[in-house]
Amino acid sequence: MKINTKYHGEIVVKSEDVLTFEHGIPGFREEKQFVLLPLPENEWFHILQSVVTSQLGFVVTDPFVFFKDYDFELDEASLESLGKPSEKDVQVLSILTVRETLNESTANLQAPIILNMANRKGKQVILTNSDYQTKHLIFAQPAGKKG
Amino acid sequence: MLVLTRKTGESIQIGDDIELTVISVKGDQVKLGINAPKNVDIHRKEVYLCIQEENTEASKGIDNLFNLLPKND
Repeated sequence: MKINTKYHGEIVVKSEDVLTFEHGIPGFREEKQFVLLPLPENEWFHILQSVVTSQLGFVVTDPFVFFKDYDFELDEASLESLGKPSEKDVQVLSILTVRETLNESTANLQAPIILNMANRKGKQVILTNSDYQTKHLIFAQPAGKKG
Repeated sequence: MLVLTRKTGESIQIGDDIELTVISVKGDQVKLGINAPKNVDIHRKEVYLCIQEENTEASKGIDNLFNLLPKND
């Protein structure tokens, strides 16, 4: 199907590439379908693009690249709602709040996006009883692998 | 808003499958126990609002994204 996107113009996506967020994400409860789009010449970041709303696209990253010690436990309820993924099928993403410069940009480590790549279900999980917050400077720590 | 008075140990039943119990009261702090189906997400309100706000902020994005992000050399 053809969709309009925030950063990639009009593109064609396969229905099997669509990620389903059954309850949307906080603030965007009606947004239940997203696709993960790569950025040109950049493997650090992706865009989590709404299938329905062209102007809704989040910059996301693999948090473990920037925060090597990032660690949390998923609650039972979230695991169940994702269809009890096996470890190898889980992909973790963090939504970035991008500022004028990357040095000012932050990652939301308190509410990671968890994807089950086996059934393509996703959920933004709000971690309880963790010290992570919604704004962690991504370059506050030494950057991970370079290109 | 519906307002009900409950004592420690007493509960409120919401619909068929949500139960809210007052576990203890100390000063102005109330400890609540919640039994709800697993598909119901339960969060402290201010935390949920904070995530909502951050998502809204993140969704705005910026115009020169492709120039800003480093390229893999």
